Amino acid sequence: MKKELSRRDFLKASGALVVSFSASSAIPPFATAQGPFDTHPSHVNPDKLDSWLAVASDGSVTAYTGKCDLGQGMYTVQTQLVAEELCVSIEKVKLIQCDTSVTPDQGTTSGSQSTPTNFNTRNLAQAAATAREALIGMAAQSLGVPADQLTIEDGVVGAKGGQRVSYSELIGGKRFELAVSATAKRRSPSEWKVLGTSVPSLDRVALMTGTFEFVHNIHVPGMVHGRVVRPPEIGATVEKVDEMSVQHIPGVIKVVARNNFVGVVAEKQWEAAQAAKDLKVSWKPGPGLPVQTDFYNYMRKQDSRDVMLVNSKDVDDKLKSAAHVLKATYSYPYQAHGSIGSSCAVADVQADHATIWSPTQSAYPTQHGISMLTGLTADSVRVIFVRGSGCYGLNAADTVSFDAALLSQAVHKPVRVQLTRQDEFLSENYGSACVILQQVGIGANGAIQAWDCESWSVSLGGRPGYERPGNVITGMLAGFDPETITPRAAAAPTGELRNGSNAVPSYLAGCVSGKCAGAGSVRSERVLMHAVRSPLFTGPLRSPLRLQNTFAHECFMDEVSAHVKADPVEFRLQHLSDARIVGVVKAAAQKANWVTRPSPQRGNASDGMVTGRGIACVAYEGANGYAALVAEVEVDQVSGRVQPKRFVAALDCGPISNPDGLRNQIEGGVLQGTSRALGEEITWDNRKVTSIDWRSYHTLPLGIEAPIIESVLLDQPAAKATGAGETAITLAAAAIGNAIFDATGARIRQVPFTADRVKEALAARG
Amino acid sequence: MAASSLKVNGHVHKVDVPPETPLLYVLSDELQLRGPKFGCGLAQCGACTVIIQGKAVRSCVTPISAVTNREVITLEGVGSPEKPHAIQQDFIDEGAAQCGFCLSGVILSAKALLDENPKASDEQIQEALSNVLCRCFAHTRMMRAIKRYQARRA
Repeated sequence: MKKELSRRDFLKASGALVVSFSASSAIPPFATAQGPFDTHPSHVNPDKLDSWLAVASDGSVTAYTGKCDLGQGMYTVQTQLVAEELCVSIEKVKLIQCDTSVTPDQGTTSGSQSTPTNFNTRNLAQAAATAREALIGMAAQSLGVPADQLTIEDGVVGAKGGQRVSYSELIGGKRFELAVSATAKRRSPSEWKVLGTSVPSLDRVALMTGTFEFVHNIHVPGMVHGRVVRPPEIGATVEKVDEMSVQHIPGVIKVVARNNFVGVVAEKQWEAAQAAKDLKVSWKPGPGLPVQTDFYNYMRKQDSRDVMLVNSKDVDDKLKSAAHVLKATYSYPYQAHGSIGSSCAVADVQADHATIWSPTQSAYPTQHGISMLTGLTADSVRVIFVRGSGCYGLNAADTVSFDAALLSQAVHKPVRVQLTRQDEFLSENYGSACVILQQVGIGANGAIQAWDCESWSVSLGGRPGYERPGNVITGMLAGFDPETITPRAAAAPTGELRNGSNAVPSYLAGCVSGKCAGAGSVRSERVLMHAVRSPLFTGPLRSPLRLQNTFAHECFMDEVSAHVKADPVEFRLQHLSDARIVGVVKAAAQKANWVTRPSPQRGNASDGMVTGRGIACVAYEGANGYAALVAEVEVDQVSGRVQPKRFVAALDCGPISNPDGLRNQIEGGVLQGTSRALGEEITWDNRKVTSIDWRSYHTLPLGIEAPIIESVLLDQPAAKATGAGETAITLAAAAIGNAIFDATGARIRQVPFTADRVKEALAARG
Repeated sequence: MAASSLKVNGHVHKVDVPPETPLLYVLSDELQLRGPKFGCGLAQCGACTVIIQGKAVRSCVTPISAVTNREVITLEGVGSPEKPHAIQQDFIDEGAAQCGFCLSGVILSAKALLDENPKASDEQIQEALSNVLCRCFAHTRMMRAIKRYQARRA
């Protein structure tokens, strides 16, 4: 019978935890995690309060979360949440993130879902509220004072008469033995003391002084070093691995080949790097790649899986009867996550159990993936999240965890795998390329009377989830299949409007089954999405499809407003119905001192340096955050260079947990979006990806003339908390594209807006 | 294999590695320092930056043989959590990071420039950071922190 370890056993017994917990060594020390738990290690029961929180005998609080900090502040803000709900100072709270032995399974930390998941009335927030109510109840009994006459000050419950009892006296070191209550009352934002304030991120001092422990810094006793040898071409397969070719390199422990997965393990990292470089592998060529210059046409010719999101069935008639019909085609390239730190993981796979120190966003799914790869049961695989470099979605964090597991299993030692930048650029899960066709009918009154949108995206693989290790390169090389597109015609839309990919423009009424859940007023509407098989792996990249779709919608809206000679802000407001998106558009325009007039700017010269402004807005995923962005740019019409000078973002994400953290997300998102808009594009030849380093994949370096970024935060204490990390980035390409048009009268419908492409558009103005 | 002697953050270490071993691997694997990091391994991003004789140097392409008898300063050697260096304090005060993986490149490149040339122009600062990447794009805050440090030096 399998031994079931309690969580306490794990915490006590595992030397490994010392490694993972030292990740926070520079943060003021807390009592060590001591959760009085008795749950199955792989089935931490989220219904039990003790799965989320423990109060130690010294009154310190340990909280367990399944949503991890990817460098965007979730560690700090979840710590604030627990401190707030429990009425203790933030120094008393220690947060344990994503460890399959001790934290609840909250799936993947992604998709701007951490705040909606843990900050409303479920999960971590609700557990903390339950604990506070329970402690008040215990105090009432202990002090003989009614609960409604008690107050809490930093973990001490007090009555008017001066009687006091502390959390440690009430529960310290013991379990609550309670279910998480669905009715426990969250503290109202009007009472907030810790949430809603700009608590400096708790990792900041350690980061700035070089002492923060990333997964790259994990050292396990006996650890050796692995490197991988990826296929040089897409789809290439192994014919022969010549192990003798690296025999001359000292320290080489083993050449590992499994199906098409190839790697080397050596005592030292430099030896592993040399061996990976020198290892002779004969590869059978892959099937080749479609020609990049024709790729957007290629996409439209493939068999596709189709989804009709809205269809009022009168679009063709309304287009026919329109005073004008405008059409445009937008295209968006594959882009890379391009983490600054190439991905790294450490695995210790033994005969009957394994421990993986991984930067994955998906601790539990990765546990299952590694179970499938190694043949160990999922319960005997422990995945401990340790932060890696910022990932922005599915970078190589999962695949390198698989690499480490395969190599460790082959040598029966702990193995650290460091991917190279080329490894990662060659075969990551790129953000999808898209082609988006837009068509509107404009009425005689100048308003939009019908909107028709048809888009193509590409897909192959993606997040491995619990069952699909082949969705990333390592799993596929080891013999597991990736998910691909099964062609299927679209059914008529039923149920509710699904706008999670922002395929439906904000200006549409979004009517499905008689209920209109869109953010706009255009009632003659049709939105059809096609997904086709991608020749390259794809996966979620910050604001997946939402960014691509919004780029097309918001630039096209600008084209329509220019056609009817309307001001872009007024024309948007004329077609929007949702109060929250209206609110952000107005707030951004006001802060930017937006002057009401149509685009393009009259009087700009047709050569030399000109300036312009543009706006874009989004109801992110339909209702997961509302944002508007004004861009002011300078365009050099001789060189084609675009220089953003100023951005003004307005954001409504419900109650704001940490204003400075939110501003940081907006600022980073705007500039990351700018980099993606101006330079980033995966390139390939007929066999392989060719953008494989920072010379061939063009990101904005730090040494640019950084634009001014101003943020307007619209606090909505009464609303539900939404995501905020993917809103600003969604708007950058559209706002910049619209500003370029305003400055020059040239419309650029293809990202990135490289200097050559800008010059081409300028030349086409006629 | 001859033991190399090297001085890092004030301490002398003897390491037994081939002379062509990149300095970064010695710092992160042998000495278990956390400041310099493997970013690209191509001297294109800055994450592995250290300071040697006042200059910002990419440790991922610097062989260990090139640094014997020269002191190497890493991000954790510049200041400590208890007593951060002035430029680290400026970054702390500005909240100038997201994931923070890039900070050796950002902080040490700026420090090396401004310690040598406190009156550096904006263009010179941009030039010094033209091959430094931050993929979270905390640029505006980082530039504010750098300007703050420059104001202290003036």
